Amino acid sequence: MDARFWLIQAFNGISYGALLFLLAGGLSLIFGVMRIVNLAHGSYFLLGGYVALSVIWTTGSWLLALPVAALVIAGVGLAMERFFLRPLGFDPLRQVLLTVGFAFLFQQAALDIWGGDPLNIEPPGVLTGSVALGGMYFPVYRIFMISLAAVMGLALWLVMEKTRMGAMVRAAVDDSEMARGVGVDTSRVSMFIFALGAFLAALGGAIGGAFFGVYPGLDFEILPLAFAVVIIGGMGSLAGAAAGSLIVGLADNFGKALFPEVSYFTLYAPMVLILALKPTGLFGRD
Amino acid sequence: MKSRRNILIVIAALLALAIITPFSSSYVITLITHALVFAILAMSLDLLLGYTGLPSLGQAAYLGMGAYLTAILASNYGFGLGWSFWAVILLGMLLGAATAAFFGLFAIRATGVYFLMITLALGMCVWGLAYRWNSLTGGDNGINLPPRPEFGISLANDVTFFYVVFGFFVFTLATLYVLVRSPFGRTLEGIRERELRMRILGYNTWLHKYIAYIIAGAFGGLAGVLWAQMNGLVSPEDVILTTSVDALLMVVLGGPGTLVGGAIGAAVVTFLRDYLSTLVHWWQYVLGGVYVLTILYLPGGLIGIPERVRNWRVRRGRKAAVPSH
Repeated sequence: MDARFWLIQAFNGISYGALLFLLAGGLSLIFGVMRIVNLAHGSYFLLGGYVALSVIWTTGSWLLALPVAALVIAGVGLAMERFFLRPLGFDPLRQVLLTVGFAFLFQQAALDIWGGDPLNIEPPGVLTGSVALGGMYFPVYRIFMISLAAVMGLALWLVMEKTRMGAMVRAAVDDSEMARGVGVDTSRVSMFIFALGAFLAALGGAIGGAFFGVYPGLDFEILPLAFAVVIIGGMGSLAGAAAGSLIVGLADNFGKALFPEVSYFTLYAPMVLILALKPTGLFGRD
Repeated sequence: MKSRRNILIVIAALLALAIITPFSSSYVITLITHALVFAILAMSLDLLLGYTGLPSLGQAAYLGMGAYLTAILASNYGFGLGWSFWAVILLGMLLGAATAAFFGLFAIRATGVYFLMITLALGMCVWGLAYRWNSLTGGDNGINLPPRPEFGISLANDVTFFYVVFGFFVFTLATLYVLVRSPFGRTLEGIRERELRMRILGYNTWLHKYIAYIIAGAFGGLAGVLWAQMNGLVSPEDVILTTSVDALLMVVLGGPGTLVGGAIGAAVVTFLRDYLSTLVHWWQYVLGGVYVLTILYLPGGLIGIPERVRNWRVRRGRKAAVPSH
């Protein structure tokens, strides 16, 4: 185990974290603004991958597939929030079960439309090779994932810090009741956040499709990881989601490489500790 | 008066189940036994959700503890295949309780959404160990159990096994019923309604919730031991998030805070997952639909339907009576 091992593992962990950031960034905002435990978030990721595949099959364009998949699923998320979650009011348990119901419906729909075989998204040729650096090979696709997540993260940060909508979202995270009191339309904020969360997760799914494929069951496999990111980073905070993604990505990679027998335990046990000691997460606001 | 009538209805239903089941086909007997095992899990969760107001998203962890204990003892040490089956039952409940006692130290302080999240994380910890700790749990493949125990009676016989599980179901129902009717159970209900007030009245609410959590863990462990014997295979599939979520649905679907509701919910969900899935390929639409419709239209669960019908008829009767005034 030399420096090379650590470097490669760290690189893999960071690129995995980049994907997790896309998946969990929106979940964190949803959680922060609406206090909803959205168990259908993994489904957005899976459906994003499937819709991207369909676009690729019909148009042949990978570049077109990413935004289309993200936008379609954003519409799905928006409809779910508007027509089903909103009328429910604030009730954590019923919201959770409702999102589970949707996760099952999505699972079946995906099975009916795209079948049960594992599929793979082929990225364009430019992104397939690797870059040799100091005798090590870094896959271009992983570098692309890191850059895309960085760009999205930066764009989101700008939206949150510089726009009126962003200010409204931050107000709703800090104190939703007070925000409503001073005239922030929290209903519109929730709608925006839900659509944004679905958009990011679907984008992650379309990107991740070239990474670990698109197959039934991926939704519930990836979901707990997203929650680990949200909890460790702190809900409702983009910086927290970014840090949480890196921590989970690295912990997952090193955990699997160093102590394979307890690797998932090393991921979820810190989540429990953080929840017990500082429920707002490492970077969340009190 | 009304509660006595309800008890009679439940006893009559249990008697009917015990008498009719042996005459069913072996497939139906297995299906009912399966539902009874999960009814025990659902009732253990109802103690938390329905009576204490703690929605746990990790109840499968205790099922997993009991199930893995049974499988490891049976396949590695040949223990629990005779009279020692009863020792395994006891050990399974103790392990479930011990795990809950440990997990509860972390979970009980949390409330609302945070309680959901922390129990989810605790459940995932158990799943992670089951999935990855190959040398102990067999990893993804799980552990196959030897044939069911034999001690004078042979549990390999499906009818005999049904009666054993039925016995444990009645034992669980009766124990939990006595518990929720006791002053302890009344205190739990008080905590569910308004924890702050109970604390001001001088109750140690943390301790009450903690004890309820441990008891729920013990019965979760019991369900696990029975599930391992029933299925003959224990795998990480048994402790995935979906199992915990299903247990929650069973309680909410049947009617939280009623115990019997959890059993009814368990029967419906088991029927959908095990029976309908063999008939039609689109059964998940039904399962997902049941989730969504229950949440939107049945806040009191299935068990609340007779009451709603009665109210509706009373109201309609009143409306009809208005013109004659």
